[in-house]
Amino acid sequence: MLIHEQSQPGRRATAQAPLQLADCADIPAAQRRTTRALLPEVSELQVVRHYTRLSQKNFSIDTHFYPLGSCTMKYNPRACHTLASLPGFLARHPEAPDHQGQGFLACLYELQEMLKEVTGMQAVSLAPSAGAQGEFAGVAMIRAYHQARGDTARTEILVPDAAHGTNPASAVMCGFVAREIPTGPDGDVNLEALRAAVGSQTAGIMLTNPSTVGVFDRNIQEIARIVHEAGGLLYYDGANLNAILSKVRPGDMGFDVIHMNLHKTFSTPHGGGGPGAGPVGVSQRLEPFLPVPLVARDGTAYRWLSEANRPQSIGRLTAFGGNMGILLRAYVYARMLGREGMKRVSEFSTLNANYLMARLREAGFEAAYPQRRASHEFIISIKQEAKAFHVNAMDFAKRLLDYGYHAPTTYFPSLVPECLLIEPTETETKEELDGFVAALVAIREEARTNPDLVTGAPHTMPVRRLDDVRAARQLDLAWRPDGAPA
Amino acid sequence: MPFVPHTPADIAAMLGVIGVAAIDDLFDEIPAALRIGELAAIPTGMAEMDIARLMQVRARADGEPVCFIGAGAYDHHIPAVVWQIASRGEFYTAYTPYQAEASQGTLQLLYEFQSMMTALTALDVSNASLYDGASALAEAVLMAVRANRKAKSSRVLVPRALHPAYRRVLRGIVEPQGIEVVEAPFDRRGGHTPAATLDSLAGAEGFAAVVINQPNFFGVIEDADELTDAAHAQGALVIGVVNPIALALLKPPGEWGTAGADIACGEVQPLGIPLSSGGPYAGFLCCKKDLVRQMPGRIIGRTLDLDGKPGFTLTLQAREQHIRRGKATSNICTNQGLLATAATIHMAILGAEGLERVAAASHANTRQLTALLCKTAGVEPLFDRPCFHEQALHLPAPTADVLRSLAADTILGGFDLGLDYPELDPALLVCATELRTAEEMEHYAAKLAEIIASQTVPG
Repeated sequence: MLIHEQSQPGRRATAQAPLQLADCADIPAAQRRTTRALLPEVSELQVVRHYTRLSQKNFSIDTHFYPLGSCTMKYNPRACHTLASLPGFLARHPEAPDHQGQGFLACLYELQEMLKEVTGMQAVSLAPSAGAQGEFAGVAMIRAYHQARGDTARTEILVPDAAHGTNPASAVMCGFVAREIPTGPDGDVNLEALRAAVGSQTAGIMLTNPSTVGVFDRNIQEIARIVHEAGGLLYYDGANLNAILSKVRPGDMGFDVIHMNLHKTFSTPHGGGGPGAGPVGVSQRLEPFLPVPLVARDGTAYRWLSEANRPQSIGRLTAFGGNMGILLRAYVYARMLGREGMKRVSEFSTLNANYLMARLREAGFEAAYPQRRASHEFIISIKQEAKAFHVNAMDFAKRLLDYGYHAPTTYFPSLVPECLLIEPTETETKEELDGFVAALVAIREEARTNPDLVTGAPHTMPVRRLDDVRAARQLDLAWRPDGAPA
Repeated sequence: MPFVPHTPADIAAMLGVIGVAAIDDLFDEIPAALRIGELAAIPTGMAEMDIARLMQVRARADGEPVCFIGAGAYDHHIPAVVWQIASRGEFYTAYTPYQAEASQGTLQLLYEFQSMMTALTALDVSNASLYDGASALAEAVLMAVRANRKAKSSRVLVPRALHPAYRRVLRGIVEPQGIEVVEAPFDRRGGHTPAATLDSLAGAEGFAAVVINQPNFFGVIEDADELTDAAHAQGALVIGVVNPIALALLKPPGEWGTAGADIACGEVQPLGIPLSSGGPYAGFLCCKKDLVRQMPGRIIGRTLDLDGKPGFTLTLQAREQHIRRGKATSNICTNQGLLATAATIHMAILGAEGLERVAAASHANTRQLTALLCKTAGVEPLFDRPCFHEQALHLPAPTADVLRSLAADTILGGFDLGLDYPELDPALLVCATELRTAEEMEHYAAKLAEIIASQTVPG
């Protein structure tokens, strides 16, 4: 039942609003609202009960193993939330002067410095609100760099076919054409195709390494050479930074610009779809173009640098400069890990992924790239099972929900048929991984003996499989009192 | 080992299954020349009690001054319920609801968010949030230019009386796609955007979209009806940039003029989101039904399951980057779901009447503050038109000096308008929400009087 359907005229949570309705007669009647918006009229307890119950209909990291590939669903330490929510941080207005934010700015400055070290880049801006906004900023910097040199014929951004959809979309938002490069049979970028594609029209390439197929591209130095020799720049999609933390750095691989997803690698919460944080790091030559604001330190004092201090900046991405509270959470996490903890992140996420892949292969599942090491994630293809039992990857995903596991990423990357992209993360125990293997084995057995059980899954969730076609054709996107959907 | 649960026995058993001798062997595909030893510049790890001590010291150092700044971020009461529920692990640590059956909590909540935002704006549909108000405006402009196939133009008209940071963000995001942003001046007496400027600036090309900010950055209430009709008469789509709290009192965009605004967007922050130095906030975006396929971002729909039972799911995904890639309506993926969660709980608690009381009290407080501040000679309203909950004031002394002196007394005195509008300098934009007490406002007025007196007396 919707909260709207619990509404009773005249009911209110009276403790939460001013006791009087103040006089506003000075606002002209012609500009006034004539009827109140149809918001629910409910008590405080009704609100608490309704949303608590709704929360219980969710899978989450706190309640379930959540091996959603490319999303790094690891434990979000509670201390990060508590400490970023201290009253001094929460109450500070974005336009408050810098001298009344020295504690806050110190945290952000140190985070900037740590991210430089982690990525091997020369400078970092914390401004982007999420990975896709980081990509936009990164590609905008590539554009600004070429334009500043008068090199205006570079109209293409190269994107491997396994890339996240955000990559080509970001390139297009910056006014470029996205050109696809195929992936070779071993999971690495096809170098011949890359050589054939680069030229004086190449502005840059966007790469994820380790890639979304779960392997480290061994030819990265050669890729960097090919693209740089053509006059293009290298963009690093940091979605998979968790896999290489403290092992290898994008800056050392030859990348000119990178975004990081702090909601992945630095364990800030995913919040049911955000907020994220997508800081960007750059090499020396892109440094003038970084998005504002940046934190500077003069002696022991910290201050924001904005448009006035940074004339070549690509500018501002949000009104107030970024997801500050998320940056504080990432700062707390980074300080708790320290340099030794960061190393363990990549080591144990990689150990968990390779262990899980080995166990699943032992159990007879087909790994997409069995000859390769897994990074912190890997792909299993359900192709054989689909052929033998007429159940597909989505059926396995839905049936996993009944076993108490969130599904892996399904049907991405699309170049592997019937794929499950599995990312266990470093914070899961061996027992949890063993349980997940047992569940997949059990589901395959069900597919053999009772396929309807699998194709009809899930059976234990609040709803069964939903009619997506109906959702898109008979649009019902907002509640209306007369029941007529919008 | 913080947050890593492996025992030595686990590690040995797992390496055995993989068939390698050491964890480091798992990284043997990375070229040796690229491998690094240690992140030397990262400090060593801290226990929770130690980082807690450090953060407490830093948070206390930032103090908790009395806030009279608005300028796009507002210090409203947030019921305790809002973040106690929004911080529940089931909301806080879930991700984008790709597996609908295991995400009905988030999905239903976001459907309720969409329902509430369409009720506030009087438009048909809403998405499930964007990054913030300014980036929502940029997305609204991209959407309008795509949608307005009748207009030959890719120019958009934006009031100069729109938040300066919104204008900067807008330019940065839309100009790479060949969209030209034209600014409409404001009237120096009224502080409003005269509808006549639409015609004088239209030129031969006209505009694909016209942005109306209600109230505008100065708090001045625009003549939204007249502006909407003038824009529509030119064949432009109308984008309203609105404050959701103001919508409890002011005419909603869907009812502006004869046909209503086509798109409305703005900042969700006033609905239960802490100031937090500027983020995380959230943007909202609503529109008329016929524009929904041009809308960016996640949209939740209600549908039926196999048994005919209602349920909720991500819909119209063919607009989005994970399906359409380079042809998507936007590159946005992760949005601000947790903030939309907080705002939904906030709106459910306050209801329309509660929001109206908050809006009215904030408006009345700002009126009261203005009267108190204007007792000082030379402090006077900059504009003569009616305002909502924000007031632009002329000062008889340099704004930066005044604000610095007030800050020394833990008063955040307002936003320095001269930084972005040199023609108005020295000027201040003030706001007193429902949280400001009579004592705080009187204290501010007394201090301002003292400061002005000390500044204007020679020697």
